[in-house]
Amino acid sequence: MSDILFRSLLELGDDSLILAQRLCEWCGQAPSVEVDLSLSNLGLDLMGQATLFLGYAGEVEGKGRDADRLAFHRDAEQFRNCLLVEQPNGDFGQTMARQFLFSTYQLALFEGLVGSTDPRIAEIAAKAVKEVRYHADISADWVIRLGDGTEESHQRMVDGFDWFWRFIDDMFAVDANQRALIDQGVLVDRAALRPAFDARVAEVLAEATLPAAQPVWQVGAGREGRHTEHLSHLLGVMQQLPRAHPEAAW
Amino acid sequence: MAAGAALSEKALRDRIETVLAEVPDPEIPAVSVVELGIVRGVDPEGPSVIITPTYTGCPATIAIEMAIRVALDEAGLEDVAIRTVLSPPWSTDMISDAGREKLRAYGIAPPPKGAEARSLRGADIVECPRCGSTHTQEVSRFGSTPCKALWKCADCHEPFDRFKCH
Repeated sequence: MSDILFRSLLELGDDSLILAQRLCEWCGQAPSVEVDLSLSNLGLDLMGQATLFLGYAGEVEGKGRDADRLAFHRDAEQFRNCLLVEQPNGDFGQTMARQFLFSTYQLALFEGLVGSTDPRIAEIAAKAVKEVRYHADISADWVIRLGDGTEESHQRMVDGFDWFWRFIDDMFAVDANQRALIDQGVLVDRAALRPAFDARVAEVLAEATLPAAQPVWQVGAGREGRHTEHLSHLLGVMQQLPRAHPEAAW
Repeated sequence: MAAGAALSEKALRDRIETVLAEVPDPEIPAVSVVELGIVRGVDPEGPSVIITPTYTGCPATIAIEMAIRVALDEAGLEDVAIRTVLSPPWSTDMISDAGREKLRAYGIAPPPKGAEARSLRGADIVECPRCGSTHTQEVSRFGSTPCKALWKCADCHEPFDRFKCH
């Protein structure tokens, strides 16, 4: 059972870690100072979550790997994040479409995990849910502002969302082996969160005057370690320093 | 024998609390780590100081722990450990009244109490820490640190930081 818990904690930690890395690519390049600060701050919160979940994952695994070891010394196929978070930033519209979809999902997930029967998961979720509520709120604001903005900002939001509809099922995917942990109340059944997610997304898209979610062919399966090519490129940047200089300290 | 082990429980607790009251927050040095609610208490078993992070990713967390370590060591309390807990999660309600006043005097609008109950949409009135005007508006929901938002006053025209409700 502990290997399933380990894998499940990797899913939680990797989602946050990979999206944090993506968001920090905006640092110094965002459309305004305000946005630059906000994207880096979102990334910082996610990095905090990743540290806690991966730290706990390392303890559960019991092979002496800490959060840094897990972040910097695994290859792409060992990552369990969903495909949505590893997608390139694109323009600001695409980044905000991704953020809104992920934060809306993560908020529902963490609100459930606050009640986990595993006290460590429950306390990390209770800590993080307050931050994620802010993320969901601010990204929804941007979707509405850009969607219901100029002709160009509207079109960019349409294009941004169009890229991401194919990754939604992957984000909610549950492995059959996780069923026992869900039954014990350790994990949340992600599939059960889907109706509320769909309703919230539809609500914000309508307010943003954007077209509803498109039923498109769905890409899998990040949770099983099968990723898009983008993850390897991201890891190449993120892991380069600690791999080239394994003893580096600062 | 180290000082921590030689003192009675009450004396040890008082001594640690006195030392920690002098440890400033690294990013907002006007307030101490005790006033910010980062120090959750002293556990005489161990003995240890119990601390809690503000935001999960706050980069000051390590600096705070190091500052507390240095202060304890300098006071001869090398044998007092530092333990980090997450639960219950830190909230801005844990900032003391004295801490709130010090934030205001430092130019940061303190958060109102009752963070859990309030809407994130910012319906509450924010007072300019400089002139006291409530004629203020949000400039950016994210400021110079994760815990602050950037506001400005329409009367005295000064920008200011606001400690976010959390």
